[in-house]
Amino acid sequence: MTAATASPKPVDFASDQQIRWCPGCGDYAILKGIQKTLAGLGVPQENLVFVSGIGCSSRLPYYLETYGFHTIHGRAPAVATGVKLGNPALDVWVITGDGDGLSIGGNHLMHVLRRNLDMQILLFNNEIYGLTKGQLSPTSKPGTRSPTSPRGAVDTPVMPARFALGAGARFVARAVDTDPKALGVVLERAHEHRGASLVEIYQNCIVYNDQAFAAITQRGRAADNTIRLRHGEPMRFGANGDRGLVLDPASCALRVVDVGGENGVPESELLVHDERNAALAGLLASMQPPDLPVALGVLYCDPEDQSGTDTERSPVQLAAVDRLLNEGHVWRVAG
Amino acid sequence: MTGLSDVGYSTEAIAAGEAVEAVVVRFAGDSGDGMQLTGSQFTRATALAGNDLATLPSFPAEIRAPAGTTFGVSSFQIQFGARSVATPGDAPDVLVAMNPAALRVHLPDVVVAGTLVINSSAFTDRNLAKAGYEVSPLDDGSLDNYQVVAVDIAQRTVEAVKEFGLGHGDARRCKNLWALGLMYWLYGRDPGATLEWIARKFAHREDLAAANRAALLAGHAYGETAELGPALPRTHVPPAERAPGRYRTVTGADGLTWGLLAGAGKAELPMVFASYPITPASGLLHTLAGLREPGLTTLQAEDEIAAACAAIGASFSGSLGVTASSGPGVALKGEALGLAVSAELPLVVVNCQRGGPSTGLPTKTEQADLYQALYGRNGDAPLCVLAPASAADCFSMAIEAVRLAVGYMTPVLLLADGYLVNAAEPWQIPELSDWEDFPVRFHTDPDGFHPFLREAATGARPWVKPGTAGLEHRIGGLEKDFDSGHISYEPGNHQRMTDVRAQKIRGMADAIPEQDVAVGGLSGDLAVVSWGSTYGAVNQAVRRSRMKGREVAHIHLRYLNPLPRNLGPLLRGYDRLLVPELNNGQLVNVLRASFGVHAEGLSQVTGEPFRIAHLEHAFKEILEA
Repeated sequence: MTAATASPKPVDFASDQQIRWCPGCGDYAILKGIQKTLAGLGVPQENLVFVSGIGCSSRLPYYLETYGFHTIHGRAPAVATGVKLGNPALDVWVITGDGDGLSIGGNHLMHVLRRNLDMQILLFNNEIYGLTKGQLSPTSKPGTRSPTSPRGAVDTPVMPARFALGAGARFVARAVDTDPKALGVVLERAHEHRGASLVEIYQNCIVYNDQAFAAITQRGRAADNTIRLRHGEPMRFGANGDRGLVLDPASCALRVVDVGGENGVPESELLVHDERNAALAGLLASMQPPDLPVALGVLYCDPEDQSGTDTERSPVQLAAVDRLLNEGHVWRVAG
Repeated sequence: MTGLSDVGYSTEAIAAGEAVEAVVVRFAGDSGDGMQLTGSQFTRATALAGNDLATLPSFPAEIRAPAGTTFGVSSFQIQFGARSVATPGDAPDVLVAMNPAALRVHLPDVVVAGTLVINSSAFTDRNLAKAGYEVSPLDDGSLDNYQVVAVDIAQRTVEAVKEFGLGHGDARRCKNLWALGLMYWLYGRDPGATLEWIARKFAHREDLAAANRAALLAGHAYGETAELGPALPRTHVPPAERAPGRYRTVTGADGLTWGLLAGAGKAELPMVFASYPITPASGLLHTLAGLREPGLTTLQAEDEIAAACAAIGASFSGSLGVTASSGPGVALKGEALGLAVSAELPLVVVNCQRGGPSTGLPTKTEQADLYQALYGRNGDAPLCVLAPASAADCFSMAIEAVRLAVGYMTPVLLLADGYLVNAAEPWQIPELSDWEDFPVRFHTDPDGFHPFLREAATGARPWVKPGTAGLEHRIGGLEKDFDSGHISYEPGNHQRMTDVRAQKIRGMADAIPEQDVAVGGLSGDLAVVSWGSTYGAVNQAVRRSRMKGREVAHIHLRYLNPLPRNLGPLLRGYDRLLVPELNNGQLVNVLRASFGVHAEGLSQVTGEPFRIAHLEHAFKEILEA
């Protein structure tokens, strides 16, 4: 254990616990990304609190040399709410997964987002239940075969980013476990945002849902199936930046166009990313291959309406209790 | 502001009335008739007059049940006396019935030859039919055995407030204050406090303020001038003898909220109170949310589970986490309570019990969550369970709950009930210095630290406030190693940790008082063992039995887990044990299982408190059996 030093290193944030994830699990990369990010935040190590629910992702706090609370299934946002209310000076992070955060804990996720206490919520989405051995999750794609859906999933999957926007989240971002650099940028931005920040992290479950995100992670496919959003920049993507997004005013829908060249549109006609535009964020959050690329980076960030305090609370004063007891209708019985 | 002379109030006049030791009055009317308000105003005036008192509000679960129906009747009962009053009374001496349904529902409870004050304006064909009367009971002689004072209260109210230009509906709505005014006259109450209340309540509606004031005074004046004679003789209940000091009325809800705050103050902790609306516990959140104390944070959580979890999170962060609910809500909190047991965090959980199972009887009282409190979690998950005996005791036991929770790093469940939280009694305002301080000293020493080290005397683990450098650690609901605090599934370790958790709660018996005998000797023919809000009724029944020469003792438990260390030997000193409970027999089984004693149960699950006479009769039967 090392107390916070002048310039902590990622390794300072590794606990002495042996990691128990499956070899090759995407969680390892995310853990490393978090440790690296924490080293660069300048937050005293002892002020960091990681709260998690239940599931593979929720084991993560055990592996961080910070304060950590591994709670019960789905309830991490509620516990984290209490941590932050109890001591607003703490830097609170929630670790959850698609089952934990959107199935059993969907209600809490909705309310922690609209309540907008300052914390970072990292939702590891692997579109499957891992720890209970491979059942379908609320984000599983239609047709997913699992022990509980042997003929294929039939329900419409939840899109976490859309859910978050609907719940009133003021910071929504997305990253992939295979791109630690972009993950780091998103985590820093989430931390910088005052209020509840939701980061959806696509995470590969190597045992029960391997290659679920192949379309957006495989070399040769990723470039055409993802777009990296940058505030104030035209929305271009593709291997050579030869594709872009425009808004079809008739249908209010996004459309992919070729950029430049003989048949392409000029860059000036492309949509420019404005992370403060909630309507645009909704459209971006919904994009899926094959028609549209998956949006990565900061989809939405509304820095307005910063609320709350970040100072430690004072104890209840007995003098105040005494005042309470003696105010209102009080009478005296003489001796 | 009206002076007393303006309303014909004079102590001489009352002194001329009949003096009695204690009276039971019940106000009954439609849910929309303002009976709870009338009752609480009457309570305040009675407390200010120096009587001892106890109240029983009773109302339907529906907010505004259809007018005139029997299931829409709301009532408020108060017993007040010149001597100590322990219960709201078995049977009303006076029933104020604002409509036929109220009369129909409550008449069977009224004492023989009791007084009925009836709002005859409401005895229309339509209302009579709704209440199931074919003929008006005012006309058919069925009330001949009572003293009947039938007054067209609504009509008289409309006339009294006519000059203030209210609509007919608003004018009629003042009728409860007219009735209250009449009762103030009857018992020589000073209406001053209610007049002040009216002025505050309707500060922004001068017409309503004037009308309500006029209605109250008109009811009072009616008593003065109507020459009601023997049907409604003016009654004087002398003040109860009281120790000198400052007094106020307190409900159980007041006592709990103030006690929790006092406990947090004694522990020198900020408090986070997280709750979800549920009858009859919502009042706690209402009261606390209205306070402006920087050390207090309240949260209306999205559900019961979140409320418990937020309280647990607050405790993890170094505040005192508190949540309150009723049985169905506590059921939802069960998994979170298990987490608090496993993580060994302090937490106070208030259960304002109501009738069950399931949604049950939301507004009626019951003591049927004892098993839930003791056993209602997965795994072996012992925690501390306390039960206040009265509204005033709610204050003490809330402080006690905080003391034990932080002293032993454990959740503490406080079992109040619907009767307790709503009941009011006069209370000598305590000095907070009467309770010892118990400031929490957070662990700060990194030397040899791990989160599940234990203090030898208590078995409590160290409480570390996140933000403390060098003590970063992880806790959770997975089993942890006794020696390192790390996750451990090792068989011997789980046995050891289970034993340690059980021993910690058992060991709390060292920190709680020995069981006393409330009334009677340390041995004898019969001990009646009660817990929670039945204290007053059981105590009175035991006292009355003893006055009739029966050898009965009363033992009242406020600590239910752990049980007081001397309880077993104490119980074995009696020939017979009777355990009256507002459930189907729970404490009686706990006592049998804990001590191997032969105890008999006395169960009542009507949604109402025990009546003294009923208990007294049961004691007699068991002694004569």
